[in-house]
Amino acid sequence: MAEKIPAGSWVQIHDIELAAEERAPQVPEDTGRVPLEKWIKGFLQEAAELDEEVEIETVIGNRYRGRLVDADPSYDHSFGKAVPELLQVGRELKEMLREEGGE
Amino acid sequence: MAAKTYQEVMERRNQIMKEAVGIDYDRFRRNELVFDYEKMMAEVGYQLDEIREIQGQTGVGKTPLLELENLTAIARKLAPAGKGARIFIKDEASNPSGSFKARRASVSVYHAKKQGYSGVVAATSGNYGAAVASQAVMRGLDTIIVQEVYDSQGKGQPEILEKGRKCEAYGAEVLQLTVGPELFYTFLKVLEDTGFFNASLYTPFGIAGVETLGFEIISQLRKDEGQDPAVVVCTNAGGGNLTGTARGINKAGAKETAVVGASVDLSGLHMASDRDFNRKSFTTGHTGFGIPFATWPDRADVPLNAARALRYMDRYVTVKQGEVFYITEALAQLEGMERGPAGNTSLAAAVALAQEMDRDEIIVVQETEYTGAGKHPIPQLNFARENGVEIRRGDPEDEVPGENIIIPEEPGQIKARDLDLKRIRLSYLNKALENSGLKELGREEVKFLSAEINLSVEKTRELLEENFEVEIRL
Repeated sequence: MAEKIPAGSWVQIHDIELAAEERAPQVPEDTGRVPLEKWIKGFLQEAAELDEEVEIETVIGNRYRGRLVDADPSYDHSFGKAVPELLQVGRELKEMLREEGGE
Repeated sequence: MAAKTYQEVMERRNQIMKEAVGIDYDRFRRNELVFDYEKMMAEVGYQLDEIREIQGQTGVGKTPLLELENLTAIARKLAPAGKGARIFIKDEASNPSGSFKARRASVSVYHAKKQGYSGVVAATSGNYGAAVASQAVMRGLDTIIVQEVYDSQGKGQPEILEKGRKCEAYGAEVLQLTVGPELFYTFLKVLEDTGFFNASLYTPFGIAGVETLGFEIISQLRKDEGQDPAVVVCTNAGGGNLTGTARGINKAGAKETAVVGASVDLSGLHMASDRDFNRKSFTTGHTGFGIPFATWPDRADVPLNAARALRYMDRYVTVKQGEVFYITEALAQLEGMERGPAGNTSLAAAVALAQEMDRDEIIVVQETEYTGAGKHPIPQLNFARENGVEIRRGDPEDEVPGENIIIPEEPGQIKARDLDLKRIRLSYLNKALENSGLKELGREEVKFLSAEINLSVEKTRELLEENFEVEIRL
């Protein structure tokens, strides 16, 4: 049995905002094939397992229901690897400033 | 409880908006075509002095205006003899939330508080969310931000993920959505359910808040350099940045200053496409917003958009994604200012434009934005590469949005490419006439259209007569 996430935990829920067939008529064809999905973070109201339908209270006190998808959700965006295409830019420009003439 | 299907909510949009903005826009309409823009700005907005006071209370504005001596030197090396204007930059990243958007949020949030709303909502994937959240903290209001973040694979744009994090850092509730224009539907439901104020980017409050930016540029340059700028370049997306800045410049009495819009060229990518969403490396400041909003501003989340860039644009240029990343690197390495890429769109354009101008002239880049994880050339280029976009050095002229990003091999390859303003004007006129259904235009209509497209009444009349089947009676 999967472990329950305790009530009061900071979690993320997922919900289908509009099914594919409920979407706006003007959306492009590729977008119209998929649902409009929504994620919200908040405090879990009752202990639950992942994938269960739960209720959360957001940081400003609103209540939302949805499928529990994460506990202590991460901020995963970062910088990542160095980008070689940018590494010489500074050196080249400084070299250009040192060169005589043109000014 | 009110019905919630897409159609049902959209049908209630006018009523929801009226309650959430507190503006009866019908008061400013004269007929199906004409509305009194200046009356709307005057009656609903605040006066410049009041705005300076409101912004002073929350630490907004009065940002430094810095001369970029090394980038100017580079431009002069590339320019013909005697050419190469001095480049200055308004360091808007030093606003409380890290961008000029603090100005835009400040008046809305102040107004919401004064009108007794308990919270504010904004639909934005940009810096505006953090600006609203930050200002709301200072005024003691709650904030909800509705963001378009992910594609259908759940893959988020790093730049937007960072902006979402920043909103949450200020204690905002953030609703994160997949790609699609129905963000507006979710936004309307939130307004209806909460009774919060719509801190739209496009109300007179938002635009009036940016006027101080243009006004400050002129005051600072007159004081420090004893002259007005020949050109101010504004990164252009929804048009509010350019509109507010230009209005501020006009209010400072700088009649000779030209206002140039600059957008990142994302031509060929569809903004509402699930597939294209993560094939772009800029989420704002690009042509995907800039051109639709210039040609038809009233597509916004309010009935009459106060951001009307075409009214104020003397020229509209595009730059390539690779050029903006290059210049962002240059700003850090040559000037000691590490700032976010999207805000440097106008800087890339300015380095090219400066080469056309005389050496004793001044060109001002009117914003910078904060940078950090996700919102920086390194993560944005890594993300592009992960999504199959080729990154290489070469001639940016060969860049194809969604397929490659080309970092220039030398700064002389950076170009400000003119968009044809006549085509944009014709496109605006076409939509304006089509939406109004009018076939006969009198003096009032032509005068209105002439202001909308920033051309004389005579030239506007010529454009109308040459291109449309309308009868004109002046």
